Amino acid sequence: MELETLIEQFQNKDAKAFESLYEMYNESIFGVINTIVKNDDIATEILQDVFIKAWNKSDSYTTKKGRFFTWLLNIARNAAIDKVRSKAYKNTQQNQDIDFFVHSIESNDNLDQKINAIGIRKYIGKLAEKCKQIIDYIYFKGYTQKETAETLEIPLGTVKTRNRNCISELRKVLNV
Amino acid sequence: MDSKEYIASGILELYVAGALSEKENEAVHAMMLKYPEVTQEVLSIEAAIVSLTAATANKDITATFDAIKERLQLSDDAIDETPVIPLKKGSSILRYAGWAAAIVFATGLVFTMMLKNNLESEIEIVRSEREALKKQIYQANSDLTAASELLDVLRTKDIISVPLGGQAVSPESYAKVYWDKSSNNVYLDLQGLPEPPPGKVYQVWSLKLDPLTPTSLGIIEDFTTDKDKVFDLQNANESEAFGITLEPAGGSKSPTMEQLYTLGVVSSNP
Repeated sequence: MELETLIEQFQNKDAKAFESLYEMYNESIFGVINTIVKNDDIATEILQDVFIKAWNKSDSYTTKKGRFFTWLLNIARNAAIDKVRSKAYKNTQQNQDIDFFVHSIESNDNLDQKINAIGIRKYIGKLAEKCKQIIDYIYFKGYTQKETAETLEIPLGTVKTRNRNCISELRKVLNV
Repeated sequence: MDSKEYIASGILELYVAGALSEKENEAVHAMMLKYPEVTQEVLSIEAAIVSLTAATANKDITATFDAIKERLQLSDDAIDETPVIPLKKGSSILRYAGWAAAIVFATGLVFTMMLKNNLESEIEIVRSEREALKKQIYQANSDLTAASELLDVLRTKDIISVPLGGQAVSPESYAKVYWDKSSNNVYLDLQGLPEPPPGKVYQVWSLKLDPLTPTSLGIIEDFTTDKDKVFDLQNANESEAFGITLEPAGGSKSPTMEQLYTLGVVSSNP
């Protein structure tokens, strides 16, 4: 079914459409949340909250604002970052590795059940340090172009081109 | 900018990440509507990112949807759960009152829960909007800093200002060069130049007059996208004049004099 139709039905409170969208994106959203909070149980809880928020506020999404996936991603990152800033969480003290997402993939026992496992493993295996950084900031931590440029101390335009190069390697192994 | 250049710029990768401002998002969306190949590219990037992020999910979480359904009361048999209260003959008024009170209480509870959920979502939305505004303020602040830095440069005592006048090919054009000899920087204010046609760029030249020797200072690649049209280049030459020509993309070894847009002579060498 067309994604647009699915989203429209979801906005009309169709539970089946909701479930389809959940199946499409739950792993990605969980992965991003867990990369920020680094705790499976907390991440599962936030994952639920994120989809419930999306359901309750489905009418605030329009295609003009961006991709539906991106919209979910934003809600998820905000929720996860709020959690990390909360007092209860701070007591558990986590390290801020820039390549946590790389570890998550490398140590993922469930990965082999996924269609793209081989491609992804190959990609991660030879991923340059530069790419690890920029992907972590842009996709997992939700930095803006400007914030990324400042953190990495590179020109604004370089963020775009470097990131595109890193992602095009990924697309090669995935054939998309 | 054509769709190919647009795709190659890397903006679509940032679009999928959500790293662009609201305005930029709308611009990308407009491009997607205009060019099917841009839409296709966005879909491919999104597919790649969905796969990559999904690969980090080290836990089977498909079961979570049941919990969500439960919390939202979406279960298929939810409709049947409305309690039916049998009316029995001879029940005392107190009993009815008890039931009524319970129903009122339960309804109130459900209502409060729903209200709470709605308010929580509301907060989340407001928070996202606040983040967007913060980004805007941040952008405005950086722009302001850049502007005051520029002003500081232009006010430096030793800066040499050279007005460049329009030439035969474009008499309306003008530009200004501010040359800081101590740091070998030139700042170009190119607001008075028309947008270069596709496939062409402006190239800036330092000139010696006798004999006429041009030295390229560089090309202005991001003329169209630059908002304030102020650019800076390095110039370690003993320039006697500056000129700007229109050249094919990538620039030329020597200036195409028929395409000389503006020219100006350095008035006196202090």
